[in-house]
Amino acid sequence: MNPVPGIYRILPEAILTLTGVAIMLVDASLPPNLSRRYLGFLAAIGTTIALWASVGQLAFPQGTGFFGTVETSAFTVFFHVLICGIVLVALLLSLDTLPEHSHHQGEYYALIVFGAVGMCLLTSAVELLVVFIALEISSISTYILAGYRKQTGRGPEAAIKYFLLGSFATAFLLYGIALIFGATGTTEIYQIAQLAPIAQNQPLVLAAMALMLVGILFKVSAAPFHVWTPDVYEGAPTPVAALLSTAPKAAAFALLLRVVYEIFPHLRSLWAPLLWVVAVLSMTVGNLAALRQQNVKRMLAYSAIAHAGYLLAAFAGIGSIGIAAAAFYTAAYAAMNVGVFAVITLIAGYDEQLSLIDDFRGLIYRSPILGSLLIFFLISLIGIPFTGGFFGKFYSFSAAVDGGAIALAIIGLLNSGLAAAYYLRLALVAAERPSAEQAAPPKPHVGPAVIAAISLAVLTTLVLGIVPGAVLHAAQSAAHTLQVPPQPSEAPGAPLQSPQ
Amino acid sequence: MSFMQHDVPLTWYLLLSAVLFSLGVVGFLIKRNLITVFMSIELMLNAVNLSFVAFAYQWHAVKGQIFVFFVMMVAAAEAAVGLAIIIAVFRTRATLAVDRIDLMKL
Repeated sequence: MNPVPGIYRILPEAILTLTGVAIMLVDASLPPNLSRRYLGFLAAIGTTIALWASVGQLAFPQGTGFFGTVETSAFTVFFHVLICGIVLVALLLSLDTLPEHSHHQGEYYALIVFGAVGMCLLTSAVELLVVFIALEISSISTYILAGYRKQTGRGPEAAIKYFLLGSFATAFLLYGIALIFGATGTTEIYQIAQLAPIAQNQPLVLAAMALMLVGILFKVSAAPFHVWTPDVYEGAPTPVAALLSTAPKAAAFALLLRVVYEIFPHLRSLWAPLLWVVAVLSMTVGNLAALRQQNVKRMLAYSAIAHAGYLLAAFAGIGSIGIAAAAFYTAAYAAMNVGVFAVITLIAGYDEQLSLIDDFRGLIYRSPILGSLLIFFLISLIGIPFTGGFFGKFYSFSAAVDGGAIALAIIGLLNSGLAAAYYLRLALVAAERPSAEQAAPPKPHVGPAVIAAISLAVLTTLVLGIVPGAVLHAAQSAAHTLQVPPQPSEAPGAPLQSPQ
Repeated sequence: MSFMQHDVPLTWYLLLSAVLFSLGVVGFLIKRNLITVFMSIELMLNAVNLSFVAFAYQWHAVKGQIFVFFVMMVAAAEAAVGLAIIIAVFRTRATLAVDRIDLMKL
């Protein structure tokens, strides 16, 4: 068997890194008064190539590269494609909605691409050192992006809250990594998986698992670690909120899947009840808080917390059933959430003149297409059939029932009913006749990039809702590869080969 | 004879690390100044570093020490970004008190 050169194992990450560096270099060499908007196209092209390269990685046999630190498998490809897709939508959305001469536009696009590098690397890392570095690459880029509107009061406030709580969470994850290193003497995930069940110091393994779970649950904004979410989404520019609410979460869920199903499968009797409680808390807290929000972005932030809860319900599923359901839900959630944030960006504008639910009154009469799109995504978030949200919830709750957590599935269904109340409230307000005294907001500028971004989100949501088979199949093969450790494809210490 | 096994047992290092980490957590939760909160996070990271070095010594695995270098590097990057964000906060709000950074509430 020919060993696959290591560079092919990180091809999407390498392409994204080169794109980011190219953007920064071009940005620095352009004269200061020139528009940086076209750098966004460069970023979008780079992300598309990375997406294509991730799909191409399926041709290789599953295995690790760079001395067993990164892996390519159906699992990593699934999440790479998902993350690159989200980043592409966010980039296209920013292209048309960022003001023409906003400051540091080149850095904005470069940071999104660098963030994507971290998120992609996080899903393919099988060495905890690389996991830590990838998490920090993605986090540090997104901390800056959250505070992009630094002249307003809310931008830096969102950034500082995201930064402090994110670093706090990272410290917990890092302490967990230190303890698992202490218990097993290695930081390679596959070796840990073999050594952790037979480690002499089991309390150390338990403490490591608990600390790592705390760190990751912070990142996926599950209750009770969710307090930063609404503030960050409200203060960040809406295209960035679209990115933050989906891509880093998808990467963090991939890491959570790796940690619980690959490192600690033998401790299932401990982590399954823990995630049960967190799932119920996230759903209930998220939905109850969302009910009383007046600000649309805050409402969607609490809805994102609730969706993290529905997704965690899939972790009650045993083995590959749970993994496949969680991966599918991540894709469905990402498509509809990035879509709803894209529509809200267009309606509210970059400087958010419309931020309250009441401001959306009569939307469907003013701009019928945007109004219908908003209602479409809200329907998908409720989980009505023929949208991705329905099958996401369906697979997640059936995985829970399959794993014996029937109560969890029932609580999830009740919560979905509760959630319908606030989604429908927004949908009904949008469908109401506008009152006469209400000032008409400016028409949104809709360019081809935004149309492409929203079409991508709509298409994905529809495909996931009408013909979920293909994506479900991909999720199942992803689940299968996560369960089976790869054959060692290259001897440790083998010299690195060039791609030629 | 290594001094660590006989003079100062590994447990003491781990205990010190745990105490430092807990101090960092407590500081993060109760301190009311952004800079102090940020310093508490640095304390947590360095407590972890101590654990890594102690474990690396126990296992004779250089991996733990390499990990510490990367943690220090990442902490430096984080400090650069964090302090920049703190400056941005101070410019718009003219305060570093955590309780007064409250434009966004429930």
